[in-house]
Amino acid sequence: MTKQEAIYKYALRLGDDALILGHRLSELCSRGPILEEDLALTNISLDLIGRTQALFIYAASIEGKGKTEDDLAYRRSENNYGNHLITEQPNGDFAHTIARQLFISSFEYLFYSELEKSKDETLSAIAKKTNKEIKYHMQHASDWTIRLGDGTNESHKRMQNAINDLWMFTGELFEMDEIDAQLLPEGISVDLIPLKTNWNNYIKTVLTEATLKVPEDGYMQTGSRKGIHTENLGHILSEMQYLQRAYPDAKW
Amino acid sequence: MSLDTQLDLWEVFIQSKSGLPYIHAGSVHASDNKMALQNARDIYTRRGEGTSIWVMPSKYIVASNPDDNDMLFDPSNDKVYRHPTFYVMPEGAKNI
Repeated sequence: MTKQEAIYKYALRLGDDALILGHRLSELCSRGPILEEDLALTNISLDLIGRTQALFIYAASIEGKGKTEDDLAYRRSENNYGNHLITEQPNGDFAHTIARQLFISSFEYLFYSELEKSKDETLSAIAKKTNKEIKYHMQHASDWTIRLGDGTNESHKRMQNAINDLWMFTGELFEMDEIDAQLLPEGISVDLIPLKTNWNNYIKTVLTEATLKVPEDGYMQTGSRKGIHTENLGHILSEMQYLQRAYPDAKW
Repeated sequence: MSLDTQLDLWEVFIQSKSGLPYIHAGSVHASDNKMALQNARDIYTRRGEGTSIWVMPSKYIVASNPDDNDMLFDPSNDKVYRHPTFYVMPEGAKNI
């Protein structure tokens, strides 16, 4: 794989993470538990869609085939998406939404803090901009985790269930594949292995304060970076891509 | 006491830039300080309206009674000399 191809794929799958999670959160528009939280979650969704756009514009420019960010978002099939499996998991109850936000935003904070140092100037600039937003996402998710975990019996039980249910999707976040490995010596990609300890420590701190148990590492789901997804992604894409599929090149 | 599923009410004050007064923007529901501040941020500063936020529990607001309006506010209606319209404003004076 040439360096250009590797950067294209690297930017594309980072964009996929943001796109799919952003879409998931957008599903909560008008369905938040209270008005304030409805706006908070859709604000986060918009942050993610904005990040997607920046990454896809960059990916399209590197690919050099004259595609737009919309082509990349709406005209690929399921096995061409490289988003982490956790981003496509359903919103579930509010605790599941928050657990997913906690796991992803705390990982992203560590990840994008490193990507800020990337020798690829565009990736570094996107990382700097997005990390301010991620810091807020992480604060929001952490506060809610503590509130629900250390709340009533019911909220504690639901929060613990959500943490347990989603735990098996967290191992994949730290996997290095050939694209990560190829760009690492160039100083472009992030070394994911060292992030794991910091991530575990952060999650442990939050869960402990929330009086929740950190799950044991057991079987971990994997495959997203190879385009192997859970059944959820197909459902997301069928809704997300409907308009482009039904009315190609529609403008409004 | 009825069960309120919308949490406590807080009043939100936004300062649009340093040095200007905090202006009441509206209210939010929240269960604690942090949530009140975050909700205020999400609802009232999404379009760059502010650089600083105050929140306070609405229950601590002390309000005048509308029945007292005659007593409190009418007397100032005919005292036009209290308006600074009889002075020449110095050039460069803003926000007066």
